Amino acid sequence: MSDPSAALLIDGVCKRYGSLQALDHVSLTVRQGEFFGLLGPNGAGKTTLISLLAGLGRADSGVIRVMGHDVVADYRDARRNLGVVPQELVFDPFFTVRETLRLQSGYFGLRRNDDWIDEILHHLDLHTKADVNMRALSGGMKRRVLVAQALVHRPPVIVLDEPTAGVDVELRQGLWAFVRDLNRQGHTIVLTTHYLEEAESLCGRIAMLKQGRVIALDNTTNLLARPIQQTLRLRLRGDVALPADLRAVARATADGRVALVLENADAVSACLARLHAAGVGLEEIELVRPDLEDVFISIMREAA
Amino acid sequence: MSIALRTLLYKEVLRFWKVGFQTVGAPVLTALLYLLVFSHVLDRQVEVYGGVSYSAFLVPGLVMMSLLQNAFSNSSSSLIQSKVTGNIVFVLLPPISYREFYAAYVLAAVIRGLVVGAGVWLVTLWFVELPYAHPLWILFFATLGGAILASLGVIAGIWADKFDQLAAFQNFVVMPLTFLSGVFYSIHSLPAFWQTVSHVNPFFYMIDGFRYGFFGQSDVSPWISALVAGGSFVALTHATLNMLARGYKLRS
Repeated sequence: MSDPSAALLIDGVCKRYGSLQALDHVSLTVRQGEFFGLLGPNGAGKTTLISLLAGLGRADSGVIRVMGHDVVADYRDARRNLGVVPQELVFDPFFTVRETLRLQSGYFGLRRNDDWIDEILHHLDLHTKADVNMRALSGGMKRRVLVAQALVHRPPVIVLDEPTAGVDVELRQGLWAFVRDLNRQGHTIVLTTHYLEEAESLCGRIAMLKQGRVIALDNTTNLLARPIQQTLRLRLRGDVALPADLRAVARATADGRVALVLENADAVSACLARLHAAGVGLEEIELVRPDLEDVFISIMREAA
Repeated sequence: MSIALRTLLYKEVLRFWKVGFQTVGAPVLTALLYLLVFSHVLDRQVEVYGGVSYSAFLVPGLVMMSLLQNAFSNSSSSLIQSKVTGNIVFVLLPPISYREFYAAYVLAAVIRGLVVGAGVWLVTLWFVELPYAHPLWILFFATLGGAILASLGVIAGIWADKFDQLAAFQNFVVMPLTFLSGVFYSIHSLPAFWQTVSHVNPFFYMIDGFRYGFFGQSDVSPWISALVAGGSFVALTHATLNMLARGYKLRS
């Protein structure tokens, strides 16, 4: 194990549910102040890993520490240092928004926390709903309250498990602005999401899980720079035919162009040289930059 | 008492208080109806203890029955609702120990049981005059009985995955044990076999000891009742804490 000062330290964690190996020797470290993405298809083990971090489940083996505190042996300090926004839209129908946040503060041993509660309500645009019963809130508002509940005790590490699932664009943008702010203030953010463009724009580092294993762990920039399939879109000059070997990887696009799916950036220059040698004139060339989704799909295929 | 425990206790009390009509008013009315019907039919025909009318005999039984059933309902229904709706996560994520968790749910349930019991006692004051031979025994058995059923409610609430499982626990375990414990009769009026059966029912000792506090007479010594009820509470507490420490059905 390395870096005892890490925000999260996960070392050799295994978890099995019956015949399903939900996590298989997962090891990763999240540094303090990072904006970290945890990606993977459904059933990859993301939520299981978060449950173990939060003490909602217990690992069969391995070690998990939050800000240096073991989540089993030193669970009180581990949980004080962690705020979790659960994936499910859950709420207690008996209470108002303010009551909910006061109760959550009390569970963390905090009394007279109203100044901070007011600040969170303001940042999440919930201040007009403070005395409204949870049942009367829209889905988006309930989601905001879940975020507020995770923040009442000012945890240095915040885990957001698919926080924007089913959330409208306006709230999503507002939520990300707030979370970015928290990250700038020094909070460590761990995010799981199915919206890969969100992970691409927010996360400095990303781990990809598949079938309970970490199959990629790198800076977002490095992941995006991986040599993966490139798409070259061309508009051909005149009525000319592509060389036979390129026709195999070509398809026509709706706007009359030709899209060539090539193995990597080297293949792009080789393709252009081949077209030049074959006397194929080009009116327009567009190299479509691979995004995190392409990288994700490529890595998932490699790990299959 | 830690802030976390106080908060969870406050939340549990607030939860039933916010729906007081259903959680306090309704059981008080039900007990009152029992009293009106049974006392009207049986008052002149049955004398259980010497010099004690049937209505007077019945009231402590009704108070205790309501207290026990509502203590059970409070902890069990709160837990099953939180589990089914998923908001149990709000008390599992914070640094609340399993002992604090247990104490908060049990204390809140005892409070609800005592509030309902006091409500039943108050409304029956208009109909029956009761002696108070040993008030400390009354308080002792009321609190201990509430705590026993509250613990049983925690076990049932954690064990049940669905509302109908909880209803089955209530209808097939709690209800028969309560009704067959001497709420409506003295076990001395039963045939020998059923008297023996009653003696293995811990609810009988809670109600009999509670009744002793009013009349100064009972089917068995209050010390034996205290011993059985106390032993039941210790056993249930041990079992519940063991479940909670293992995270049974709460932390997978």
